[in-house]
Amino acid sequence: MNFKRWLLLLSLVFTLSIFLVACGGGSDDADKSADNGDTTTEDSGEAGLAAEQVLNINIKSEPPSLHPGLSTDTTSSAVLDQVFEGLTRINNDGEPEEAMAESIDVSEDGLTYTFKIREDAKWSNGDPVTAEDFEYAWKWVLDPENADADYAYQLYVIKGAQDAKENGGSLDDVGIRAEDEKTLVVELEQPTQYFLELTAFKTFYPVNKNVVSQNPEWHLEAGEDYVTNGPFKLVSWEHNDKIVLEKNEQYWDAENVKLEQIVMHMIGDESTALQMYENGELDWIGSPVDSIPLAAMQSMKDAGELNISDQAALYYYTVNNDHEILGNVNIRKALAHAIDRQAIIDNITQGEQKPAMALVPPSMFPENEQGYFPDNDVEKAKEYLEKGLEELGLDSLPKLSISYNTNEAHAAIAQAVQDMWKKNLGIDVELKNEEWNVYLDSLGEGNYEIGRIGWVADFNDPINFLEIFETVGGNNYTNWENEEYKKLLQESRKEFDPEKRQEILKQAEEIFMEELPIIPIYFYTNVYAKKDYVEGVVVHPAGAFNLKWAYITEQ
Amino acid sequence: MLRYLLKRIGYILLSLYFIVTITFILMKVAPGGPFASERRLPPKLEEQMNAAYGLNDPIHVQYFDYLLRVVKWDFGPSFKYVGQSVNDIINRSFPYSAILGLESILLALSVGIFLGVVAALYHNRFPDYTAMVIAVLGISVPSFVLAAVLQYVFAFKLQLLPIAKFDSFAHSILPAVALAATPLAFIARLMRSSMLEVLNSDYIKTAKAKGLSQRVTIYRHGIRNAILPVISYMGPLVVAILTGSFIIETIFAIPGIGREFVTSVTNRDYTVIMGTTVFYSVLFLFSILIVDIIYSLVDPRIKLTEKEGDR
Repeated sequence: MNFKRWLLLLSLVFTLSIFLVACGGGSDDADKSADNGDTTTEDSGEAGLAAEQVLNINIKSEPPSLHPGLSTDTTSSAVLDQVFEGLTRINNDGEPEEAMAESIDVSEDGLTYTFKIREDAKWSNGDPVTAEDFEYAWKWVLDPENADADYAYQLYVIKGAQDAKENGGSLDDVGIRAEDEKTLVVELEQPTQYFLELTAFKTFYPVNKNVVSQNPEWHLEAGEDYVTNGPFKLVSWEHNDKIVLEKNEQYWDAENVKLEQIVMHMIGDESTALQMYENGELDWIGSPVDSIPLAAMQSMKDAGELNISDQAALYYYTVNNDHEILGNVNIRKALAHAIDRQAIIDNITQGEQKPAMALVPPSMFPENEQGYFPDNDVEKAKEYLEKGLEELGLDSLPKLSISYNTNEAHAAIAQAVQDMWKKNLGIDVELKNEEWNVYLDSLGEGNYEIGRIGWVADFNDPINFLEIFETVGGNNYTNWENEEYKKLLQESRKEFDPEKRQEILKQAEEIFMEELPIIPIYFYTNVYAKKDYVEGVVVHPAGAFNLKWAYITEQ
Repeated sequence: MLRYLLKRIGYILLSLYFIVTITFILMKVAPGGPFASERRLPPKLEEQMNAAYGLNDPIHVQYFDYLLRVVKWDFGPSFKYVGQSVNDIINRSFPYSAILGLESILLALSVGIFLGVVAALYHNRFPDYTAMVIAVLGISVPSFVLAAVLQYVFAFKLQLLPIAKFDSFAHSILPAVALAATPLAFIARLMRSSMLEVLNSDYIKTAKAKGLSQRVTIYRHGIRNAILPVISYMGPLVVAILTGSFIIETIFAIPGIGREFVTSVTNRDYTVIMGTTVFYSVLFLFSILIVDIIYSLVDPRIKLTEKEGDR
């Protein structure tokens, strides 16, 4: 009967599809190896530019804000860094170079910066970029009326900035002045070595005063009023779906921009993104805007698909120094020595991270590659433990707890550390898992013993890390403070000689490592996979993602 | 009928009030605020943000403000997406979810009913077993596993359909199938048992005895009566599709309201949580109402208004 015939057909289709799946797998692998062969031959020769200069990447989620003054997160940065440009831009060597500014004069005391803005610097609507645009943008961020502009503290190196934002100081007293149409003079609170790195940061981007002052909602949608001055312009923004950028013909350096279009997809699920990458729908996955699923790491590494570069970021366990037992420095040292960091890296994180036995990443202090003590020094750990127990008058340590926020890798690391401390020091450790927002609250209230946290530098300078622990509160969850440490940091701010300053900062780190209020675990790496035809993109230690110089080669 | 409707709408409003209140309380009790981040704000700045978003007001003021806004159907600005209002977010994301949901419901109903009828007609024979194996699989395989399998087989290996996103009809097939699988299986089982019952009833025998053709007996007399339990399952079906969409939308990167709901909870984006919760509740409560009305239209035995004499 009808149904019977239909069912027969159905079962036929099923069987057929099973075969197809099997065959599909085989031919696909064959395709891939052919691909690899092709590219290796091409690498030896000079690869030409492909006709279609389109790059597809994943930015994971809807950017919270595409206003440079309001954005505080990496997703938004990934977009803003392509469509806007500051006075400087971080080049592919990781150094700030002149961008909107044509020349930069620094006064002898390092307090006054005079920026000359390029004559040919234009907005995407053809308006010239003026010093006033910068002044307007920066002062807008510092205006306490704009409470949402919470990254204002990035501008606090400028004279009077903090006063204006927090203590009712006048915006007119802030050290930002447009001398004439193309000259911007900035006065700083203290000589700041890394100021030119800061001016490449999104909070320091200009906005087009004419357009923006007329339409305060300019940054909510792509359109005529979303006027930018960077290598690309925003063509469409389909919320929670995708963003399309196209080359900005008005850009002063347009001849060196090769990409015609960047499509930024928002795919939250890592495995889906990975499949799309393998399918050729994405050209780039992983750092700095997305991550590669842990489960796929090993096989991708074996296939030689992973790129790994240093990141100026530290994964560490913050220790509550107010705790009666963890307040003892020898106990903390014992715990820090009894961790086999290399094993954690090899077996869990798998991204060739660097074991951290220091606070400041090697990209800032190269000697920290070695650190202040050897990794996994169990003998030493036992000595410290004994000493610590003696000082505390105890026979053995009571149960300790490690807290972490919900995440596969954090959980695995905590379990590994739990096991190492049990085996090496005989300490019982309890694990506590909390959801992110809840976790941050617990840390802030000091309601923890040992907790995992990470820190990523905004720019490549040691002060980024040392500053965290200057005073109690803020991001310093340890309740640890040290007068001498504080004094050294103050001193470093007044020091204008780069080498001497580096020295002072190093001394501060030495004090920190002697007291060891935290347990460093590893320095992060940027782990990403890109198609062979994507060239000219460097992922910087401080996480800047610059597509200005990217291009697609002929396959 | 009108009285019944008014009464039902009254209940809906009451339920909504409780939902709003309970969500509000839970949200305030849950630790962690919307402005928390790995990088702590200077306290003064955090203070300014709290003031700007009205988080410094006493709790009862916040509560009544909120109730008032819900009544006006204005859920305020999102905390996370600066400048976007919750209404904007709902308006732009709901169409995606609606299309996906309708597609899944249609799929679940049509295929589910078909499988159920086939199984009943060939009771205890091969087609019955096949249909029921499919049904058991559909119920026991979680949607996210099915989603990953579908992506791998149909999109990645066979290259028939896109892996993710929601740009065309082809994009919607895989997520709709993944979403429909469980309710589909449920409907198939439901349909099978009620069809079996109907086929054994006297009026089917009468119809057959009258010499009506197989087709007429089954379509006009069989399915019509057997479908009633499936219609009453429509309410839970809508819920299953709505809640199922949370995970399916995330896996397939669909910019729908389910994905917004999930992210808003992780972000502690208070206004978006409240907005989407209220929106979902309204949707759910009204779909149940509609199902009840349809039910009374299809089954003449059910009267929505009690007769005066019955009191």
